[in-house]
Amino acid sequence: MIEVKNISKSFDETRVLNDISTTFERGKTNLIIGQSGSGKTVLMKCCIGLYDVDAGEIDYDQRRFSNLSDRKKKNIREEMGVLFQGGALFDSFTVEENVMFPLNMFTNMTMAEKKERVNFVLENVNLEGTNQKFPAELSGGMIKRVAIARAISLMPKYLFADEPNSGLDPKTAERIDILLSELTKKFNMTTVINTHDMNSVLQIGEKISFIHQGQLWWEGSNKEIMKTDNPQLNEFVFATALTRLLKV
Amino acid sequence: MKVLYQIGEYVMLIFQAFKRPDKGYVFRRQLFIDFKRLGIESIGIVAIISLFTGGIIAIQMAYNIDSPFIPKSTIGFSTRQMLVLEISPTIISLILAGKVGSRIASEIGTMRITEQIDALRVMGINPANYLILPKITAAMIYNPVLIIFSIFLGVFGGWIAGSITGLVPSSDYLIGVREWFEPFSLTYAMIKTVVFAFIITSVSAYKGYTVKGGSVEVGQASTEAVVASSILIISFDLILTQMLLS
Repeated sequence: MIEVKNISKSFDETRVLNDISTTFERGKTNLIIGQSGSGKTVLMKCCIGLYDVDAGEIDYDQRRFSNLSDRKKKNIREEMGVLFQGGALFDSFTVEENVMFPLNMFTNMTMAEKKERVNFVLENVNLEGTNQKFPAELSGGMIKRVAIARAISLMPKYLFADEPNSGLDPKTAERIDILLSELTKKFNMTTVINTHDMNSVLQIGEKISFIHQGQLWWEGSNKEIMKTDNPQLNEFVFATALTRLLKV
Repeated sequence: MKVLYQIGEYVMLIFQAFKRPDKGYVFRRQLFIDFKRLGIESIGIVAIISLFTGGIIAIQMAYNIDSPFIPKSTIGFSTRQMLVLEISPTIISLILAGKVGSRIASEIGTMRITEQIDALRVMGINPANYLILPKITAAMIYNPVLIIFSIFLGVFGGWIAGSITGLVPSSDYLIGVREWFEPFSLTYAMIKTVVFAFIITSVSAYKGYTVKGGSVEVGQASTEAVVASSILIISFDLILTQMLLS
């Protein structure tokens, strides 16, 4: 479980996160939702240690993580998998080399063991046989799936995904959502997904945290979100014609 | 104030880069990749420029030395001296600042804007160490090899040009090339080359690493890397020349 306790973050004079407290639970897909500019990406970057928080604490299973030096964060980071918005695959590496990269850096596995692990995770993201392709040869959805494969190659306890289905067609986006949800259950990970896609919210949102103007405004599940009377959340959830049709 | 901030940021980045690599064999693999990308792939341009520059120097010398009291062998001697002391270490380093420097800045800059550097960081890897140290090491080892190669080709180019134009008899040129050779001039050239290699790779890596924005900023960083490296090369050329030859 990841505990976020009263964190705040400012850039120059602008306060982006204001006293946010929440928990992300193990074995569940935890969603952070909010409009663009609401602070959800900053919250995720604070959680993975790319930004230091100005106030508050972040604990990973009772282990303090926030504001430690990069060297001290290393042990927890080795238990983390992160899927960036654009995939962030290494352009000069093949799919196999990308997925194998964390194994090269953090394990003493033999080449045969590493290849076996690479094939196992590629199979889990339905990308068997793409080992020798370069990122430039892949579609957007395939890049995201390779990035997921790389993120789970070390069998992490914590998986973070920043807008995993942005820029994808609805069918591929749904496949990515289902894949993340299935992997969460299969490997019992604490998964945190940053999204503003209502399809993801309804499909896989077991625990949803709604961020608005840098503050946590609402928490609940995908079943509860449709019945909420929170005006800001309603404005966000029922912003499209499709979701307005679903209004209870 | 901004310059001071950048100097501080540069020093901190280089300090991060010079930490012990996490995995020795990963570092060695990156080093060999960078030998190829920064060194071997530069052989062509270094060869062409050195060959032609040597030829041009020899012809210019021949046209300027028309006194019967100055032996023709002076052309070979002067061509060699110019190549060893200045043309090969400095001019070739300036060309490498353009070729290798822009490549490093744009490669690392693109990695920055596409979150590849963030990906390395969240994996618990020191990105400066992983990306920059092999490049600096490769250039500091390989550039002296390139410069020695450049000196030989430049001297050869001078010999070819002198012989083809008939301005310098082959035997006189070869005598001049071997005359009054001081081994320290080669040491001086190698010291300059190693310092310039460090400047090219570290400054370009810094410019790429600190990019913020998009493709326009990556292009800008690449240009800034070449400009800053070139100015520093010329400045350190003056400083090292004063320190080593005066």
